[in-house]
Amino acid sequence: MSQLKEAILKTTANGDKAFVPYIMAGDGGLEKLQPTILRLQELGVTAIEVGIPFTDPVADGPTIERAGERALANGTTLRKIIETLHGFADQITIPLVAMTYLNPILAYGVEEFARDAQAAGIRGVIIPDMPLEERDIVHPALKSEGVALIQLVSLASSSERIERLTKASEGFIYAVTVNGITGARQSFANELGEHFKKLLSYTDTPVLAGFGISTPDHVKNFGTICDGVIVGSKIVDSLANEDWATIEDLVKASRVAPVK
Amino acid sequence: MTTTTKGRFGRFGGQFVPETLMTALQELEEAYDKYKDDEAFQSELSYYLKNYVGRETPLYFAERLTAQFGGPKIYLKREDLNHTGAHKINNALGQALLAKRMGKKKIVAETGAGQHGVATATACALLGLECIVYMGAEDVKRQALNVFRMELLGTKVIGVEKGSATLKDAVNEALRHWVTNIEETHYILGSAMGPHPFPTIVRDFQRVIGDETRQQILELENRLPDAIVACIGGGSNSIGMFYPFVEDQDVALYGVEAAGHGVDTGKHAAAIHSGQTGVLHGAYMYLLQDENGFVQEAHSISAGLDYPGVGPEHCHLHDSGRATYVNITDDEALEGVKLLCRTEGILPALESAHAIAYASKLAKTMSPDELLVICLSGRGDKDVHTISSALGGDLA
Ligand SMILES: Cc1ncc(COP(=O)(O)O)c(C=O)c1O
Repeated sequence: MSQLKEAILKTTANGDKAFVPYIMAGDGGLEKLQPTILRLQELGVTAIEVGIPFTDPVADGPTIERAGERALANGTTLRKIIETLHGFADQITIPLVAMTYLNPILAYGVEEFARDAQAAGIRGVIIPDMPLEERDIVHPALKSEGVALIQLVSLASSSERIERLTKASEGFIYAVTVNGITGARQSFANELGEHFKKLLSYTDTPVLAGFGISTPDHVKNFGTICDGVIVGSKIVDSLANEDWATIEDLVKASRVAPVK
Repeated sequence: MTTTTKGRFGRFGGQFVPETLMTALQELEEAYDKYKDDEAFQSELSYYLKNYVGRETPLYFAERLTAQFGGPKIYLKREDLNHTGAHKINNALGQALLAKRMGKKKIVAETGAGQHGVATATACALLGLECIVYMGAEDVKRQALNVFRMELLGTKVIGVEKGSATLKDAVNEALRHWVTNIEETHYILGSAMGPHPFPTIVRDFQRVIGDETRQQILELENRLPDAIVACIGGGSNSIGMFYPFVEDQDVALYGVEAAGHGVDTGKHAAAIHSGQTGVLHGAYMYLLQDENGFVQEAHSISAGLDYPGVGPEHCHLHDSGRATYVNITDDEALEGVKLLCRTEGILPALESAHAIAYASKLAKTMSPDELLVICLSGRGDKDVHTISSALGGDLA
């Protein structure tokens, strides 16, 4: 079993829900990466999604896009991020998940990326512009390094497709909660419960909900229909404003089990 | 990258899009497969192409241009005479009719020069569809006339301030809009690029250029041309022109990329020339990028060529050697504008002027018994401000 899946199952076995914050590496400077990751780890998050900035982030809304532009403006690259992570990998105890568009991986070299990412503590990869049909470009290399390749499942996907996606996804299944791009939202469609029931029925891999989740209530509500959440734009904004209280409240909302 | 998934041209193409769009692309592919051979659909399209767009466009013998070089007989395929002034309407109309059959009521599109935006706005007005066009803020400035035209046609134009604020950023924004509104919206992509099935659909709607040219030259000269020249933005007028001739090995095909300030200056849009490949906007293709895989800004005096990638079928024609890709600088293109104005009384679009400029070089290497066809993709009215300021005038 992948280390990522194991970490999530350990959380949910406890009765808690998985909480995976998304951060944009290099926003505020790469020197912020270590303290941010270590503090999130201390707060008890299940895993951390490390966003890699890209010039053309078509799956992202304005908050993450702007964070990416700030990161690019100070010279952040995939190579520098991996180097930075490598520098304190011995202090990282939770799995890191890289979220990157495909082109930076291609430019890095797929095999080299898989090797360096694994050595830097990256245990899973999410590639928002690489659908199932194209995954063979990176899957063999990641697999041989034991890095999970996570598939996104959308509300628009057909049942047949959802089944294939959930079976293929490693580590966890990233269930996109809206037809749209990343970014904080007020509310979600009512039919989500059915959608998640369907997802869970196809697989014993944990299902995490992401896109738009931005309040402790969202975290709690999604906790009732799946295994946990990924929170992106709200975390990115809070980190940019050094607002750790908001982050702590979000993390706490994922705790169902009584605090020991 | 060696995979054999759908929509590949050799190693290029594919479907590199967010999962939410996969369903929309599949739906589009199914609809297109259904209608492309449907007689009612094709006769509706032909009706509008003839009576509304004004096809067929002439294949015009450019006698004075020919005399200028003393080389091959030069013919111009007059896409500039189409309604709205460029080849873009062929595709916009085709896709708008397809969208209507698919039951979509809303259209989103990107535009660079504004020609595709105007063509899409026009098709939407004609067919009663709601239309939103994303356009880089830079382009909104340099193509103000086309912005105004789109608005007159009832389209909402949204300027994109992000990134380089040009065509590539407009495509990003249009893709985001499409992901968020997939149920009721069709995305009319304006060039032979993007994820499968767009490169094929756009080529098929543009191949009318090459099909007509073939028939016309056979009527006029009783033989095929020796060389064909077309400019390359995303690659739609060129692939439409080339495609019906690809099997005719004796017809040399030349695609002209924009060299901007020069291919060695870093300020150009010559993606094939750069030799780098990568993934952007759903396709694996030749792409201007740095060593980190970050997409670089393209530069061209012509907004319609200002794109860092090139459609996957061209990438494959380059790899296979069937077509030859060359490039022309901003300054050379301006010379092309002047040349065509003065010899033939035709003001070409700055995009098309790249083809004129390259053809002028090529003509010098050809003999009087040869035939050279230039795809004149559009007219230059939209560019008079840009041309004036580039020539030191103060019209702008
Ligand atoms: C007149 C004209 N020619 C050529 C182009 C380039 O596009 P493509 O390569 O798709 O033909 C444009 C794009 O806006 C255009 O307006």
